[in-house]
Amino acid sequence: MASGVKPRVKVPKTAAAGEAVTIKTLISHKMESGQRKDKEGNIIPRSIINRFTCAFNGEMVIDVTMEPAISTNPYFQFDATVPEAGEFVFTWYDDDGSVYDESKSISIA
Amino acid sequence: MNFKALTAIVAVVATPLSAVAGPDEDALVVNEEIEMVTQTAAPAHLSDALDEIYSGWRFRSDETQSLQMDDFDNPALVFVDQAQDAWGTVDGTEGKSCSTCHGAVDESMAGVRAVYPKWNDEAGEVRTLVTQINDCRVNQMGAEKWKYTGGEMAAMEALISVQSRGLPVNVAFDGPAQETWEMGKEIYYTRYGQLELSCANCHEQNYGNMIRADHLSQGQINGFPTYRLKNAKLNNAHARFKGCVRDTRAETFSPGSPEFVALELYVASRGNGLSVEGPSVRN
Amino acid sequence: MEFTRRDTLGLALGAAALTVLPFRANAAAEDAIAEFTGGADMAEGGVTLTAPEIAENGNTVPIEVSAPGAAAIMVLATGNPEPGVATFNFGPLAAVQSASTRIRLAGTQDVVAIAKLADGSFAKASATVKVTIGGCGG
Repeated sequence: MASGVKPRVKVPKTAAAGEAVTIKTLISHKMESGQRKDKEGNIIPRSIINRFTCAFNGEMVIDVTMEPAISTNPYFQFDATVPEAGEFVFTWYDDDGSVYDESKSISIA
Repeated sequence: MNFKALTAIVAVVATPLSAVAGPDEDALVVNEEIEMVTQTAAPAHLSDALDEIYSGWRFRSDETQSLQMDDFDNPALVFVDQAQDAWGTVDGTEGKSCSTCHGAVDESMAGVRAVYPKWNDEAGEVRTLVTQINDCRVNQMGAEKWKYTGGEMAAMEALISVQSRGLPVNVAFDGPAQETWEMGKEIYYTRYGQLELSCANCHEQNYGNMIRADHLSQGQINGFPTYRLKNAKLNNAHARFKGCVRDTRAETFSPGSPEFVALELYVASRGNGLSVEGPSVRN
Repeated sequence: MEFTRRDTLGLALGAAALTVLPFRANAAAEDAIAEFTGGADMAEGGVTLTAPEIAENGNTVPIEVSAPGAAAIMVLATGNPEPGVATFNFGPLAAVQSASTRIRLAGTQDVVAIAKLADGSFAKASATVKVTIGGCGG
């Protein structure tokens, strides 16, 4: 696992059934593009998070294919419908095979 | 080039850009909760040079400004989370973490950022937050020093700064700290490098004007450590000082050197009255 | 067809960019579009791309895409060494087909968003982002 990777996710604690909620996600990752060179002039190999997904109670909200043009410490904001109480699961897939996940539960107010 | 010629050139260059000159009028509220003072009367010691002082936030584009207005938009908070973990992690030969002595960071560190750099009686010197953290690490924890401008250090500074957000910067520069402050003031007004530029040439005499495509701020450090879009990481004040002095094409002082400690105290004192914003977001 | 001064300037800049850009960069963007659309025509309208006119730093440029009812939105940076940026696929629990992120732009260029709409058709939007060079440090 790449060192220092840590997700940060904002999800409201409660929502009305069927309500749309805004979700913000950040994860620390250098997103090495594969375009840069080191001091000796060698290409630094690409090492990025290449996919991000969000699902709620197993159903998909968003599935993002990511390329090296996504900035360091990738950020996504999107809106999800909350049909019932349950759990959001956020998953980031690293080029090196690592998978980082985070979950947030939400209750119906 | 003498001073008058440079000023004249800057004035000529700046005139057509007067529409963008100066800070904007936006108000900074973080998390819809913390109201930041981004403009206030200059502290008395500065009254000959400036009427008003402004946070660097006021010189940034709307897009950059908005990144600092919510802790889930501000990428620096990822590193604050990491420092929160480090706060409770035992390191060194003494079996201690920060929390062993200091307890909960939100209680023990409230207000601390606002008064640093600060005179330390026992040590007989002005301490920055960084030198104080490293003193703790070496003498209390028996741990290795962190690199002055390294990521772990900047993150810990950010964690400590968060506990003072919204409080006015209020560094003391009288009494035993005065000698250091005077040294910092002299450095601020001294021209360095092949370009023969002092801090004041850009940040006191030309704030609000454009330097190439960049909108010059007053160089306030109330927002440090700051997450820069340019390098996508947290940068502390000495890292920024080093970059600035390097850009005058000078040999720079080292981060943590007596010169930069003095300069940090002086520059911090120019921001007395602005809110602690760190960790801020800048370009 | 009328051109505003701004449009004309944009065309001129675009033409200049086409002239100086390495051939492959544009071809790669076209290839990516063809792969996404299967060569189908793209309508104007139906997808919105929000990006700053001027980015203070090309390393971190905030953008937002939105296309009501879309299944997916692909974003390309046509002037980057590799044009791909991201493809947003929206699931049944996406409340709106909209997302924000932050992207890297190697210089002033057009950013393009292409949406696959609910009826299977495609729509395209683009925005020119000027990437500035910093102060002394660059």
